[in-house]
Amino acid sequence: MIVQALAFYAFAAVAIASGVMVISARNPVHSVLFLILAFFSAAGLFVLLGAEFLAMILVIVYVGAVAVLFLFVVMMLDINFVELRQGFLQYLPVGALVGLILLAELILMFGAWVVAPGAPQAAVAPTPSTLSNTAALGTLLYTHYVYAFQTAGAVLLVAMIGAIVLTHRTRPDSRRQRIARQVARRREDTLEIVKVRPGEGA
Amino acid sequence: MDSLLREYLPILIFIGVAFGLSVVIVLASFILVRQRPDSEKLSPYECGFPPFSDARAKFDVRFYLVSLLFIIFDLEVAFLFPWAVALGKIGVFGFWSMMVFLGVLTVGFIYEWKTGALEWE
Repeated sequence: MIVQALAFYAFAAVAIASGVMVISARNPVHSVLFLILAFFSAAGLFVLLGAEFLAMILVIVYVGAVAVLFLFVVMMLDINFVELRQGFLQYLPVGALVGLILLAELILMFGAWVVAPGAPQAAVAPTPSTLSNTAALGTLLYTHYVYAFQTAGAVLLVAMIGAIVLTHRTRPDSRRQRIARQVARRREDTLEIVKVRPGEGA
Repeated sequence: MDSLLREYLPILIFIGVAFGLSVVIVLASFILVRQRPDSEKLSPYECGFPPFSDARAKFDVRFYLVSLLFIIFDLEVAFLFPWAVALGKIGVFGFWSMMVFLGVLTVGFIYEWKTGALEWE
């Protein structure tokens, strides 16, 4: 039990510290690396909660894929650090105002939050002891939450088509292999045998 | 719950050993080795000549497209794992629920195949 508590505090501290470093690191690539560390710590916290499937998905999808995507974005932005720092003081009042409004809204919302009567008991044991976490998810996700599941599929489809529409453009100058044309090409179309008499060739 | 966490204890020990070992390696190379700092030792090295340009060159947007499509199919595969584990319990309805999900994503797959988004040229 003491190991569990120590691991929780270690993972939580690392998550918060790397979250702070994400927004305060000068180099955006370092920010992305700290983001990966934050993802790892969050995965550790998920394991401590008993949500092992979510923890593994967090490692596979977020650390493996989303972090790489963030690195691509950082590389594509072509950030100039000097220019980035220039408008900092100029935009500070607006940013502070937006932050204050958000903070006030959060305080108002959490102040009016009432926990439903049966919720704490339901949240105590999210995983039944006879099933593993992944099996428990699987028994509910595809039948009881079928509409949410299909909506997730539709969202993925929209993301896929949106990514293609936004970034894909056919390049007219590029040469690609057209196998059908290669196969359909005949000798008569391309080759002509010319009889040249000796001494008359150009 | 406790038995679940006990299964993860070796991973926690492994993380601790990895962290401690990396600290030891960095500190040992700092303490044991004679320090002779030189600006040439820190300068970038590119096969013997000074680097031509900044490493932060702009990437082609097609890298981005490929990684985005990879994430989407990664998520699709992630949905398959609990389904495969629980397939015996969720029955025919669960099976066809996943088939519809896969069908929706196959529509997107055919679209990206036909538009040539997967071709590199």
